[in-house]
Amino acid sequence: MNPALQGLITIIVGVGGCVGYFYLSNIVLDRFIFPPKAGDAGRNIRRAEAVRPWLFLFPAMFALGLYLAYPVFETLRLSLSNRLPGGRSEFVGFENYAQMFGEPKFGEALRNNMLWLVVVPAASTAIGLLVAQLTDRIRWGTVAKSLIFMPMAISFVGAAVIFKLIYEARAADAPQIGILNAVWLQFEGGIGSFLFLRLLPIILFLGFAAILAYVAWILVRPILRGDGGGAGAVIGRLFAALVMVWLGAEAVLQALDVATFEFDYGQPQTWLTIPFWNNFFLMIVLIWIQTGFAMVILSAALRGIPEETVEAAIVDGANPFQVFFQIKIPQIMGTIVVVWTTITITVLKVFDIVFAMTNGQWETQVLANYMYDKLFRANDWGIGSAAAMIIMLLVTPILVWNVYNARKEMR
Amino acid sequence: MAGQKSTLTWAVHISVAFLVLLWVFPTVGLLVSSFRTGDQIGTSGWWAALLPQEQVVQFRTLDPDDARVPVGDLFVVEGDIFEGGEPLDIAAYGTSSRAVGAFEPGEVSEMGEGETLVLNPDGSYVWTGTDDQISGRGQRIFATVTSPPEFTTANYEFMLLDERNSEGMTRAFFNTLTVVIPATIIPILIAAFAAYALAWMDFPGRALLVAAVVALLVVPLQLALIPLLKLHNEIGIGKGYLGVWLAHTGFGMPLAIYLLRNYMVGLPRDIIENAKVDGATDFQIFTKIILPLSFPALASFAIFQFLWTWNDLLVALVFLIDSSGQTTVMTRQIVELLGTRGGDWEILATAAFISIVVPLVVFFAMQRYLVRGILAGSVK
Repeated sequence: MNPALQGLITIIVGVGGCVGYFYLSNIVLDRFIFPPKAGDAGRNIRRAEAVRPWLFLFPAMFALGLYLAYPVFETLRLSLSNRLPGGRSEFVGFENYAQMFGEPKFGEALRNNMLWLVVVPAASTAIGLLVAQLTDRIRWGTVAKSLIFMPMAISFVGAAVIFKLIYEARAADAPQIGILNAVWLQFEGGIGSFLFLRLLPIILFLGFAAILAYVAWILVRPILRGDGGGAGAVIGRLFAALVMVWLGAEAVLQALDVATFEFDYGQPQTWLTIPFWNNFFLMIVLIWIQTGFAMVILSAALRGIPEETVEAAIVDGANPFQVFFQIKIPQIMGTIVVVWTTITITVLKVFDIVFAMTNGQWETQVLANYMYDKLFRANDWGIGSAAAMIIMLLVTPILVWNVYNARKEMR
Repeated sequence: MAGQKSTLTWAVHISVAFLVLLWVFPTVGLLVSSFRTGDQIGTSGWWAALLPQEQVVQFRTLDPDDARVPVGDLFVVEGDIFEGGEPLDIAAYGTSSRAVGAFEPGEVSEMGEGETLVLNPDGSYVWTGTDDQISGRGQRIFATVTSPPEFTTANYEFMLLDERNSEGMTRAFFNTLTVVIPATIIPILIAAFAAYALAWMDFPGRALLVAAVVALLVVPLQLALIPLLKLHNEIGIGKGYLGVWLAHTGFGMPLAIYLLRNYMVGLPRDIIENAKVDGATDFQIFTKIILPLSFPALASFAIFQFLWTWNDLLVALVFLIDSSGQTTVMTRQIVELLGTRGGDWEILATAAFISIVVPLVVFFAMQRYLVRGILAGSVK
């Protein structure tokens, strides 16, 4: 049968089936199972009202249970067993996990994923916040936001093609068609190279470190003053401050590294094959896509800040930076956390970009692609499921946090 | 103070413009490349495509055996390098591959022992030398010519209309469409009923179910691949459209219920209670009041689900595409092309743009609803 026709029939059957199910099941409930007859009318109506929600819920609950809840447990079971010939399986405990942790590719994937988890949410949120703040007051801000938001509509695979063209390298004597190499070949070690490849990155790294130090200071200051809140809040603040200091120190080290690095001037680079740094070239793709998402949410949050707080700060003589960091940021902190965690989940699941651009070669493996490799190339369900469980494990804290917040809100 | 303020405003304008250009630049590169021939893409970066192109073209003079004319004791071959074609601007020329731009047009190039060649700005040339020198094959001329910017839709014709092209995107395009439409419409309806129950009906365990939906919102679909593939094989669906529709319905369900429930909770209580007092059943309230009022939320989710299913690669790889390759979708086709046609950017760019253009149109047409959906889906 023609797939298009099959699709059309599916839509009709699916939509018609849904409507029919809901309509008929309600009629059956009201007319036949609990008809409001004379005598026990009141009781039957109450009974029908008790059953009805489940009629409404059943298809959705069935889909959720079968397609998301059941697989979590089945994957857990598969990760603890080995397949035997004939479709049976045997329980092997943590053997698959032990074997997986022994594989260098898995260690690489885990390391890279951690790098992704630090860089992508941080960069997307920071740039998103910057754009949201900058476009807030300018007249063509809506257009600007719409254009920065646009990559959200582009598939990871499409974005992979777009960025492969940017990273394309041709032989040194041929014209470069990748913009990155075309720009790179403009540098030959002169004053321009010094300004853009040494001074600018150093300033950026040190500026980043300064911002982190400042944020850490804001976090710690209330504790030193003695009004840091309860024990949990103090620990949270100290931990966040420590992370900031660590990242800041990393940034300073990077700045030193840039100052002494020997650049390979005049040679076109195949960017995606340079170990370690190629991870960043892949991350740029996801940052490019996710920044718009962060911007949209943070922009709405910035708009929601009461004007009076900002005006009061300006009257008290705060400069724009103080207004931004000490008045605005604290008020939208909750939203920043939401954005950060949402992007974190996206990062954990990132598959298409790596699959399409490097397929994990040149030390760019990530967990989701490692898992796909194991499941469908090596056909090793045990280790593949174990890798999937690791992803699940990394998502769990966010899951618990979300459920906790949702329940708090319901009350 | 005022002056300082205006410099700050300018700095903001310039920074935003810079960021916007940075963000748009990659996509524009793909778009421009898809309208160039493979030769053009190979000889210059796409950013140069909007300016006249300068390139070195090799020509050969007419064959001396046929065309040489004796003049005194020397021989001469005359002709025009653009014969039969469009004349182009000549910036420089040369007679050796080691010095392709050695001479200005009109300048006489000495080729040793009295042999000379002149290439004039209009493309005509005069090649003069002795009997020995003007013999054999025609003399090579390397001309640096500038041609006006040139764009073509041939790539799109090749990728979409050429039936002999086994790598074309037409089939994949329609396959993607076949996956997307049912996978977008069906979850909406199922989720809407559930969302109404979770928002406006009272029953024990409601809070628990909402919490479960929130929890399932972040469960990575990676976990579902093997168990469900096994299940599909056991119940006889196997790999195919039915499987991928079901999978997308299941995977989209948490977000759909969550978005719709959050929206429906916010609808005014009076309307619903008045309708109940007037004797409307839940089914009537749902279809006559809730569904029409929830249109913005339905549209938000529909866009999400549309973008997600259209752009999806993993679910299609696992649940749809079998070894026959008949059911390939566009994302998969592009990944294949990246492997087999790695350097042929006219093919890759065109294929990628064909897959990107529909989501982009939907995005710009319905951005309002997408933004609303994102805000409802994460801030609450």
